[in-house]
Amino acid sequence: MTRSQAPVVVTGLGASTPVGGDVASTWEALLAGQNGVRPLTEEWVADMPVRFGAPAAVDPAGALPRVQARRLDRSAQFAVVAGREAWTDAGFEGKAGDAGIDPDRLGVVCASGIGGLHTLLSNYDLLRDVGPGKVSPLAIPMLMPNSSAANVGLEFDARAGVHAPVSACSSGAEAIAHGSDMIRSGRADVVVAGGIEAVIHPLPIAAFAKMMALSKRNDEPERASRPFDRDRDGFVLGEGGALLVLESAEHAHARGARIYAELAGVGMSADAHHIAQPEPDGTGVVSAIRKALESAGLDPTEIGHINCHATSTPVGDAAESVALRKVFGEAISNVPVTAPKSMVGHLLGGTGAVEALVTILSMHHRLAPPTINIDNLDEEIQLDVIRGEPRKLDGGPDAAMSNSFGFGGHNVVLAFDRP
Amino acid sequence: MASTEEIRSGLAEIVNEITGVPADDVQMEKSFTDDLDIDSLSMIEVVVAAEEKFGVKIPEDEVQNLATVSDAVSYIEKAGS
Repeated sequence: MTRSQAPVVVTGLGASTPVGGDVASTWEALLAGQNGVRPLTEEWVADMPVRFGAPAAVDPAGALPRVQARRLDRSAQFAVVAGREAWTDAGFEGKAGDAGIDPDRLGVVCASGIGGLHTLLSNYDLLRDVGPGKVSPLAIPMLMPNSSAANVGLEFDARAGVHAPVSACSSGAEAIAHGSDMIRSGRADVVVAGGIEAVIHPLPIAAFAKMMALSKRNDEPERASRPFDRDRDGFVLGEGGALLVLESAEHAHARGARIYAELAGVGMSADAHHIAQPEPDGTGVVSAIRKALESAGLDPTEIGHINCHATSTPVGDAAESVALRKVFGEAISNVPVTAPKSMVGHLLGGTGAVEALVTILSMHHRLAPPTINIDNLDEEIQLDVIRGEPRKLDGGPDAAMSNSFGFGGHNVVLAFDRP
Repeated sequence: MASTEEIRSGLAEIVNEITGVPADDVQMEKSFTDDLDIDSLSMIEVVVAAEEKFGVKIPEDEVQNLATVSDAVSYIEKAGS
């Protein structure tokens, strides 16, 4: 197998998550097994079937100029904050032109699973309670699902194309996959890609709870997100996200950029099985993993680490384990895997990007964070799940994979290799 | 009823809150678009906030006629009298 033309590398990282307002604090917290899940304190929580979540560690509005913050939905605030961090981390300053990038060769792909929900619902409240005159003229540009992508594009003067893929909980990974395609197909040299979400609000909590997707462990919220544990009972809603700077290897080498990893391959598939249930035999997931490996020119034996989607739902975690065994066979028992959602909860459209970032840092530092809250590893989960302490990846193969799956049957797998 | 200067300074506070333009820059002769760089969406926000603050009605059709700070202050004065 041969790797695709025009290698794509990762040169910048930015994040705002339930355990840290930036990449460094997030990474440190994950290695320490720190828990971002906590009781919610808003007034509306009292009547909710689920009274906890994983709110962002740092309010993104506080990291932006006041006037800019009030013109952005909370979701876009996360996007701009993470985008700026990734941009600076890649060694860029100002807009594309100032950073030595042709604006026509700079793209943005920033996903959200749901969009500007807080803006939508607060304006609906105003419409219903006061009347149409109170609806904000900024409501539409703030609530549209492409608002985060568009605002990141404005921030850096991106003109090669600004896109906002939507595929529920695989949106963030899909954004990175599309960003990679923009570079591989020659449409851009640099793409700011990732995903964000900000929907800690009574409506999504009530709705996710109604579909039995959320953990209801109200008596011990910090133990609620427990991927792969025998007693897992659903995911924990988190918020935030991550953006990466993707760059053609040629462009990155020419400017002497620091390279974290190569985005060696992407694989996407759809289950065509059920609108919200994973396929129990994992056929769609297997297909996405195989496509990712094939496009990366990697054999399963060259994968040294897997960052699992593992949301802590009974069916989903088991289906992921089944799919991994189908691709890797018995050898999967020797591949250390981890599930960051045990600490940050489920960031929906942001999760695939945050987990891609964690995968990249795990490769970069040869150290992968643990999965917390596993008291009894489910017998059905026949995987080497990292528990307790972070695991050194020295000695194993270099490449790593990050899995993301979304309601609707969307499967996205990203394969990273050392540059 | 508020004095002309009270209306101007109240309007300046609103403009600052919504757009970040320093309140001292919001002087009578200034054009909202050309001098203060206020876009049409922000202008609607300013008008809605001004209606609330001064207890007046400013029809949406009227907003396009409010080119300068002075236009807006005069309109509010008349509408409130």
